[in-house]
Amino acid sequence: MTYLFLQQYWWLVVSLLGALLVFLLFVQGANSMIFSLGYDADTRRLLVNSTGRKWEITFTTLVTFGGAFFASFPLFYSTSFGGAYWLWMIILFTFVMQAVSYEFQNKLGNFLGVKTFQICLVINGILGPLLLGGAVATFFDGSNFVVEKANITNVAAPVISRWANASNGLDALLNVWNVIFGLAVLFLARVLGTLYVINNVNNENIRSRGSVQLVGNAALFLVCFLTFFIHVLLKAGYAYDPATGVITMEPLKYLHNFIEMWYLSALLIVGVVLVLYGIVRTIVSKTYIKGIWPTGIGVILVVLSLLLCAGWNHTAYYPSNVDLQSSLTIENSSSSPFTLQVMFFVSLLVPFVVAYIWYAWRAIDRKKIDLDEVNHGDAY
Amino acid sequence: MINFLLDALPATVDWSRAQFALTAIYHWLFVPLTLGLAVIMGIVETCYYRTRKAFWKDAARFWQRLFGINFAMGVATGIILEFEFGTNWSNYSWFVGDIFGAPLAIEGIVAFFMESTFVAVMFFGWKKVSPGFHLASTWLTGLGATISAWWILVANAWMQYPVGQTFNPDTMRFEMTSFWDVALSPFAVDKFLHTVTSAWVIGAVFTVAVSCWYLWKKREQKLALASIKIASVVGIVASLLAALTGDNSAYMVSRVQPMKLAAMEALYNGGTDQSLTAVAWVNPMKQPDYQQQAQPPMRIGLPNMLSILATHDPHGYVPGINDIIKGYPKVDGTREPSTRDKMAMGRRAIAALKEYRTLSAGAAAAKSQKTGNVVANTASVHRICQLKEELRATMSYYGYGFVKDPSQIVPYVPVNFWCFRIMVGMGCLFILFFLAMGYLSFRTPKLPQQTWLHKVALALLPLAYIASECGWVVAELGRQPWTIQDMLPTWAAISDVQSSSVVLTFFIFLVLFTTMLAVEISILCKQIKRGPEHSDENKAEGTNA
Ligand code: HDD
Ligand code: HEM
Ligand code: HEM
Repeated sequence: MTYLFLQQYWWLVVSLLGALLVFLLFVQGANSMIFSLGYDADTRRLLVNSTGRKWEITFTTLVTFGGAFFASFPLFYSTSFGGAYWLWMIILFTFVMQAVSYEFQNKLGNFLGVKTFQICLVINGILGPLLLGGAVATFFDGSNFVVEKANITNVAAPVISRWANASNGLDALLNVWNVIFGLAVLFLARVLGTLYVINNVNNENIRSRGSVQLVGNAALFLVCFLTFFIHVLLKAGYAYDPATGVITMEPLKYLHNFIEMWYLSALLIVGVVLVLYGIVRTIVSKTYIKGIWPTGIGVILVVLSLLLCAGWNHTAYYPSNVDLQSSLTIENSSSSPFTLQVMFFVSLLVPFVVAYIWYAWRAIDRKKIDLDEVNHGDAY
Repeated sequence: MINFLLDALPATVDWSRAQFALTAIYHWLFVPLTLGLAVIMGIVETCYYRTRKAFWKDAARFWQRLFGINFAMGVATGIILEFEFGTNWSNYSWFVGDIFGAPLAIEGIVAFFMESTFVAVMFFGWKKVSPGFHLASTWLTGLGATISAWWILVANAWMQYPVGQTFNPDTMRFEMTSFWDVALSPFAVDKFLHTVTSAWVIGAVFTVAVSCWYLWKKREQKLALASIKIASVVGIVASLLAALTGDNSAYMVSRVQPMKLAAMEALYNGGTDQSLTAVAWVNPMKQPDYQQQAQPPMRIGLPNMLSILATHDPHGYVPGINDIIKGYPKVDGTREPSTRDKMAMGRRAIAALKEYRTLSAGAAAAKSQKTGNVVANTASVHRICQLKEELRATMSYYGYGFVKDPSQIVPYVPVNFWCFRIMVGMGCLFILFFLAMGYLSFRTPKLPQQTWLHKVALALLPLAYIASECGWVVAELGRQPWTIQDMLPTWAAISDVQSSSVVLTFFIFLVLFTTMLAVEISILCKQIKRGPEHSDENKAEGTNA
């Protein structure tokens, strides 16, 4: 296995985890609608219990996404997390609040009240996808950081990665394109959340409210996503010369990537078709409740193709706008060949993990959630 | 602006440390109960599986409910720690990420998914899956937690005792050379055994304390007695193992982190035939004057015991703080260099790296333009080889290049000294306590009447947590100022963030975690007060006292 193969393989793994994470944000999407899909205490409890059986998986995927990035591209980990300090901290705060909200909200002794924790779920449901989306958009739009590895020999100021301004990453939100993509991810999460709830909860009222919500969220998602996507295709991208590592701006770089890596375009198109199929069929049919599957798989394919487009084909995936040569590429930011190879073998365990998750879920989800179960069975 | 930031760096170090300590200490409030209660509830559910008595099922469900409340907090506080390596210790993450990232990623892939998948089956699956599958899920939840402990402790052990890596001057970082050296480091094995067995102690103390509360209130006596029996067996085994592995920890520490041991023992001047401090007065509020004092006041020692503990030889040589600063003879006949020598070597390493960096950048540029004159190039190639050699010789002291004064490498002695004593003292106490509990619950039927003992059990619960936190404080404060032993001090490991930002996140964490902790404790108490649910079958068995 060559170094370059391993670097590309790990970009694939990280992208796949990212794509799975976006799909699993259905938990956040559904949570952001607790007060619109659920119209009384009972239906809200149904919703909380429905996402409550999956949130751990989303959370763990986020953690593993971070860990895999750390192990395979440590320079990204140190530059982005250390630099965009506040952006990541806010994301983390909302996930912390979410993590306890399920277990605590309906228990005796919760002196903060049910509503407080439902609001925490809504905050995480909105800010989580929005900010994660904004952070991912910087892969295309660039950030303001400088990397100088020689600093490690500077006893007075040894830090190698610095943010070029004092915003600690919040400047990402000043770029309107990042915000548009953040909104796209948010509405996508809400679409996925609705489809998931329609599938998972056996309650006529929630299902029909879901179909109505779906129309608006899907429309907003499409508008935001297409705007951003066209912007990406038309904008100049950050290319590097594989021989020297020198980074330059290349007009229409991402369009070129999609043409040169035609298989990514194919993935993208299949993904888009699946996404639309799931949404449209759910809207038009009264009895169809399986929309989460085609749309979910479609989302995974679309996100995967976008992330691969950002990193493969000699593209800098984490570009710097203040110092172009500081931009991170899969070649200049990866771990050593040895570590990547060790981790390659570890990554072979992933299908096994996916298989047992699948098995356990099916066992739990065989029967759809209804009020009877929430009131008399094991529930939050 | 940037200059201003540089001036602010010392404050950033302190606040980043405070924030890491705060979040780690909170995380550790929940982790040991997760690890410990997993064993107890696994055993209880196994009893159910084998007897199919509804009583056991109710008992298992009761302990699992308490487990779940605690588990949520463990998960919520854990994510912060992981990302803090990037947000607050970004230089660290780059410098050693090639080695350190791997166990974190493996932990996610092999352990966290296992925990979070099967914990859901355990909570929601009682009526949905077969008893065998359910029992397996309960054990797998605990196994996942224990595997996660393994990998995170591999990471932690590596920073205390870095093995299996070499420095690569071209990438300016350490890189892994042997995965097995990292993953099976003896320091990691030892840390894992001590940490996990100490967590079982916490699980057992918790179970006994809750059960004793029922006995005191004359409620749920059957559940309480059955649980105490299980917990005291677990407790006896675990507390003996914790003492044994703890003893081995001290031995390992003496071999790889002698300064930590000196701080734990307040040993200012060492030598052969060292006695173990039984009592001494070390002022908890200030760093002692180790240079002037011969030993702490009012010290009574147990002859030769420290030598035995640290070297497994009654006459063994144990260096004190001053010996380590001045340099001392090692067992193999060589001499450990003085701290000033190490600082000089560290500076040489930094200088060599700096020059290497400039030369190799020049060489690369010359190569790509094919212009450089041949003679100059050969000279620089030669020099580059020399520098590589120099780096190989001095790199293991790289971190000392950042040290300005030898006193910087002495950890804060009082905290280490007292925390170590609290932990060991509690460890001995727990052995006695569980022996007594075991005896009373198995051999004499008197336990329900011993109200004083019930109160003792309740009082021990907070003390057990204190002992456990003290263990981490010893392990982590004792290695100050190193984030990576001898290679990277805290002030070279940080991120470039203003201290004001870290102050703000510190207080947000403080408020957030404290509020969450208060809610959790309130819910746990209510849950315990309400007691286990008695299923209809259990009532039909008619065995409840
Ligand atoms: C010896 C055990 C141990 C130690 C020293 C640590 N942890 Fe931990 N951690 C666990 C044992 C554990 C656990 C028992 O496996 C937890 C607690 C409750 C739980 O859900 O899993 C957990 C949860 C947990 C989670 C949430 C996992 C999830 O998504 O389910 C993360 C991200 C971390 N931890 C990360 C860390 C980091 C970065 C640490 C060090 C700095 C750390 N933990 C110290
Ligand atoms: C959960 C149990 C743990 C507790 C209670 C704990 C406790 C602490 C404390 C008290 C400090 C602050 C020391 C100081 O700066 O004054 C600290 C720092 C630190 N710990 Fe731990 N620790 C734990 C686990 C870990 C693990 C498993 C790792 C690594 C994998 C780790 C890595 C660090 C790092 C990087 C710092 C910051 C740098 C430093 O101050 O040295 N800790 N921890
Ligand atoms: C009874 C005798 C005990 C001895 C001799 C002992 C010894 C030690 C030593 C030397 C360390 C430092 C290891 C290092 O720095 O790497 C340590 C750490 C620790 N101890 Fe103990 N200990 C004992 C009992 C306990 C008990 C009863 C608990 C908890 C209930 C406990 C919990 C811990 C924890 C959590 C750590 C940090 C993890 C680690 O570094 O392994 N210990 N112990």
